[in-house]
Amino acid sequence: MATSEVVHAHAAPQGFVRKYIFSLDHKVIGIQYFFLALTAVWVGMILSLLMRIHLIWPSAVLPLVGEIKPETYLGLLTMHGTIMVFFVLTTAPQGGFGNYFLPIQIGAPDMAFPVLNMLSFWTTFVAFVVMLAAFFVTGGAPLHGWTGYAPLSAVPSTGPGEGLGADLWITSIAIFCAASLMGALNFLTTTLDMRAKGMSLFRMPLTVWSWFITAILGLLAFGVLLSAGILLLMDRNLGTSFYVPLVVVNGQVMGHKGGSPLLWQHLFWFFGHPEVYIAILPGMGVTSQVLSTFARKPIFGYRAMVYAMLAIGFLGFMVWGHHMFMSGMSPYSAFAFSLLTMAIGVPSAIKTFNWIGTLWHGKIRFYTPMLFAIGFVSLFVSGGLSGPFLAQPTLDIQLHDTYFVVGHFHLIMGVAAIFGIFAATYYWVPKMFGRMMNETLGKIHFWFTLIGAYAIFMPMHYLGMAGHPRRYSQLTEVAYLHRLLPVQQFMTYAAFITIGAQLIFVVNLFWTIFKGPKAVDNPWEATTLEWTTATPPPHDNFAGHTPVVYHSAYEYSVPGAPKDFIMQNDPATTPAH
Amino acid sequence: MGLALLVVIWLITFASTYFFAAKTWWLPAGAAVAAHGIDQQFANSYILMGIVFVAAQCSLGYVAWRYRDRAGAPSAAYSHGNTRLEIIWTTLTAILFIGMNLVGSPIWAAERFEPAQSAALPVEVTGMQFAWYFRYAGPDGKFGPTSPKLMDPSSGNEAAIGLDTSDPASKDDVVTGTMFLPVNRQIDLTLRAVDVIHSFFVPSLRFKQDAVPGLAIHMHFTPNQIGDYEIACAELCGLGHYKMHGMVKVVSPEDFDKWLAAREAEKQ
Repeated sequence: MATSEVVHAHAAPQGFVRKYIFSLDHKVIGIQYFFLALTAVWVGMILSLLMRIHLIWPSAVLPLVGEIKPETYLGLLTMHGTIMVFFVLTTAPQGGFGNYFLPIQIGAPDMAFPVLNMLSFWTTFVAFVVMLAAFFVTGGAPLHGWTGYAPLSAVPSTGPGEGLGADLWITSIAIFCAASLMGALNFLTTTLDMRAKGMSLFRMPLTVWSWFITAILGLLAFGVLLSAGILLLMDRNLGTSFYVPLVVVNGQVMGHKGGSPLLWQHLFWFFGHPEVYIAILPGMGVTSQVLSTFARKPIFGYRAMVYAMLAIGFLGFMVWGHHMFMSGMSPYSAFAFSLLTMAIGVPSAIKTFNWIGTLWHGKIRFYTPMLFAIGFVSLFVSGGLSGPFLAQPTLDIQLHDTYFVVGHFHLIMGVAAIFGIFAATYYWVPKMFGRMMNETLGKIHFWFTLIGAYAIFMPMHYLGMAGHPRRYSQLTEVAYLHRLLPVQQFMTYAAFITIGAQLIFVVNLFWTIFKGPKAVDNPWEATTLEWTTATPPPHDNFAGHTPVVYHSAYEYSVPGAPKDFIMQNDPATTPAH
Repeated sequence: MGLALLVVIWLITFASTYFFAAKTWWLPAGAAVAAHGIDQQFANSYILMGIVFVAAQCSLGYVAWRYRDRAGAPSAAYSHGNTRLEIIWTTLTAILFIGMNLVGSPIWAAERFEPAQSAALPVEVTGMQFAWYFRYAGPDGKFGPTSPKLMDPSSGNEAAIGLDTSDPASKDDVVTGTMFLPVNRQIDLTLRAVDVIHSFFVPSLRFKQDAVPGLAIHMHFTPNQIGDYEIACAELCGLGHYKMHGMVKVVSPEDFDKWLAAREAEKQ
């Protein structure tokens, strides 16, 4: 086994509450985030299924839910988007896996600020409860969509759900922002200050890089949304007019004047666009990690991968205007936003080329995490290539706010990011719970999910080209939409099957946690530090020792080495570089 | 498993591409001057991205199958990458993406950088939950003033947009719920919204622009085919968003003049 330096060991907590509920251990907190996201994703999926049912059977009366009315549909839509973006795509990859594995992968005993870490989780949990509460108040959930454009979101009389429901919605988001800021600070400090001896920045696994860059984005973006949200709450409740000019709703002159609806859009998308990368960057990291592990090859172009992620993060802050080409913003600025958006295609392409380069001349082992990582690359390409259409204001004249956009972002920030989460789950559950997941169930789950995701989201592009606006609760009122109904029907059937197949995953996960076969310390023959410690890792991760790092992260198939992988803390084997 | 991945990824790729290439659900036929340029840029983007899409997916499926671990497979190559390749594909993608942008930009500039011609027909569009109203200035060429206090959506037309009928400039203003336009004449649009943001989207005319409370947004376009075209609101505006629907009737200049004269006569 590797040499290590003796460090001071912290005492493990005693008692159920300190150990599992208000735990300071980053591993327990990571698992808490993971299960919060798992709960949220089921809520989000069921909401989407109800929407899809309403679209093709508008008068259906459902058990428990009753009849879905147009305003109910928009409430489902708002909550689906918000829950998925915040409580799934932001929570699982960063809060869940990042929390659990970032300290272990850099050889640290915990996060830099364990109390802040605990606070960050429980604040997120409160935000989730407040969000769900919006369903149960008078008027129900808000109908302004996850983007909450003012004045719709700012004036309560603009529709049902815009009363207390909308207040809870924006309050929840503000609480979530505060939690994410705490998390981001912790991730940054931990990465910068707590790396083991020998763990230089360019020896860090790409997963660590992805969580690190995501934390930078989070720190810069969530503060803006928090402020914007507070201003929105003031417009709603204190009579200010940040986002609302003089408006007349249902013949009633409202008390606002002089505000700018576009201000909300600028602030929201200044957060919203980096948020896309907050959702997808950890997936890129996991995909790189998994592809390299199971192709038995060093990652192709490690430094290019790091620079590409940095470039994506950097450019991600300068492109928010591409959501606003049709908003009434200056058409001249559209030109700059468009050019910068197109530029993001370059680092994205670098990543894709390098992933394919990693598989090239590899020796690929098709375990379930590898299938999901390959699926991620496929979905990233498919979802990514509709980006250059939407980045051109000329084409947005037709495509903006149609199903083309819905298809685009679901493929890339929805399903591709989810594939990253699945790859991470199948890859790391053996380490987290000490048991191997069932491969047969995992593979069945993969095939249903891959084919199902394409069947649901690819046809959305065709709908968008035909001019189908998004956020329509029914297709009955606009004549040219009638012929598109069969496509919607196909997508609903595909959604039923795909969501049903997720039960396979849940069964597999819980069966594994309680009954799965025991996992060895390094079942995938991988190189990074989490695989050098016990399974599951002890309270301080390395049982009183701090690992020393001798190698870069992905030393697979090194000529002359005794095995086809060299662990990062292995001093015996001479590094090739 | 490698073979299954190859087959499934390739099938998904070809099936997706087929429905694009066969134009099963394509943009509706264009009925405005801008349609030609927009459709051309769309087709160019589609061909370029289509090639990249098929090439990337096919290579992914191929390498997954070709380099699968199997009996007698050589050990994986030990390589950390290739700087020359990185430079080549970075340069090529930069040229591709930036080039696409530059080629498409003049179309955008023609649509939005130039003001309307002086001969254009001024029409004001007002969006409110959940209807569109269209105002024509009448023989005096002037839009009369409107007032928020006068807005009465339940009465429709002039009353809905709060037209101040006591002002002389308002006397000949015509407000309708259906948009009539003469063919082959540029339309000088002013877009307004009274309550929340709406978006004036006419797919056949290749026209979309948000109508924003507090702003008067000026746009122009030129319909070049006689016919009826549907308006669909493209910005979430509340529970009736899906039925915030309207019609544009593009008619000959003579029919347009007749229609407008008839509406003026009704007002007297």
